[in-house]
Amino acid sequence: MDQMAEPRMAHPLVPRVAHVRRRWRDGPDVWTLEIEDGAGSGFMPGQFNMLTVFGVGEVPISLSGDPADGNRIRHTVRAVGPVTRALARLRPGDPLGLRGPFGTGWPTDALDGRDVVIVAGGLGLAPLRPAILQLLARRDRIGRLTLVYGARSPDQILFARQQDRWGRRSDIEVAVTVDHATSPWRGYVGVVTTLIPRAVSDPANTVALVCGPEIMMRFAAAALTDAGLPETAIHLSMERNMKCAVGLCGHCQFGADFLCRDGPVFRLDRIARRLALREI
Amino acid sequence: MEDLQRIIRAHPFFAGLSDAFSELIGGCARNVVFAEGDHLFRQGEEADALYLLRSGQVALEITAPGRGTMTFLTLGPGDVVGVSWLVPPYRWSYDARVVEPTRAIAMDAHCLRRKCEDDPALGYELMKRFVPVLSQRLQAARLQMLDVYGPDG
Repeated sequence: MDQMAEPRMAHPLVPRVAHVRRRWRDGPDVWTLEIEDGAGSGFMPGQFNMLTVFGVGEVPISLSGDPADGNRIRHTVRAVGPVTRALARLRPGDPLGLRGPFGTGWPTDALDGRDVVIVAGGLGLAPLRPAILQLLARRDRIGRLTLVYGARSPDQILFARQQDRWGRRSDIEVAVTVDHATSPWRGYVGVVTTLIPRAVSDPANTVALVCGPEIMMRFAAAALTDAGLPETAIHLSMERNMKCAVGLCGHCQFGADFLCRDGPVFRLDRIARRLALREI
Repeated sequence: MEDLQRIIRAHPFFAGLSDAFSELIGGCARNVVFAEGDHLFRQGEEADALYLLRSGQVALEITAPGRGTMTFLTLGPGDVVGVSWLVPPYRWSYDARVVEPTRAIAMDAHCLRRKCEDDPALGYELMKRFVPVLSQRLQAARLQMLDVYGPDG
């Protein structure tokens, strides 16, 4: 009888049912879902959930909301495949399956007194947004805070209005660049790595959080080390085909690590050699 | 003239340049100011200068039929605009449009090329400074060509 009274831990492979509360467009083919997750127990910035559209399939999606928002979580999805397109079509009140949160997070608790450079490319800003919000909530504990963001073109800038608001604050520097632009754009044009040198003023005391397409992260990591950061101060969020999310199935194996269990956030010194390998 | 040499030496592109070389190239330099919307140069024109940007912002642009004008790089204080003056037939292959009011040092290309021919040590010094810029821009162009933020990125 006593055993029956114990709260049951949810099995990590069994989705719980949650419901979409709101949804809005955050760019071409990019949608953010706000989900009421009654059984949620919080998350660390950088972690991901497995989202199921019933009858369609399951995908890993990073959490993009504020960790302080409790059970009201957000996921930002680019509609590119059958499951993500189905996710983007969900309406308020629709159910979806949810497992997680899984994986390692950004080391936001270890940044006190450090300068922080956040380098994001494209949709890679979504997993970094919770870290930025958390750092801004305890802004007095860290040094210089800089967001360096790159997108394909001005119309594809993620969270554009929020980045504008951040850019007007005095406690975070925001530099946005696009790969190509047409005339109305008055900001930077060029690859995101060109903005990194001016974002680093005290390399020995700076930590970098990097997320974006893998090739962009490779070049960003090189620019950060060129700017004087040690590999131990650079953290990357890797992406692979995660399935079970608990380190059993091996779909997301990355050398000696499973990304779902040992990542997705890794320190550069742990994975630098593997980043240069083909077919891994 | 002395003031121009001081400005040239203070520009990141010529950081650490010797007094003798800065005196040599100082004779090719002049201060220039551009208003928003001005062009430093346009595609097809003779590449007769290089520009050391001191303030403002300049967009490098290419116009393609049916696609309009596309900006592929913006440059600001501390950057150098123009490498076509180094390579025959010395013609600009893109437009350089001023996005924000810009102050720069313009260096006469004929004068620079002549001085580099006369003094190979100066030529080598300039090459050591231009080749990294060329290499960085080539690498950036490769990344842009890969379209890393596209659907296959």
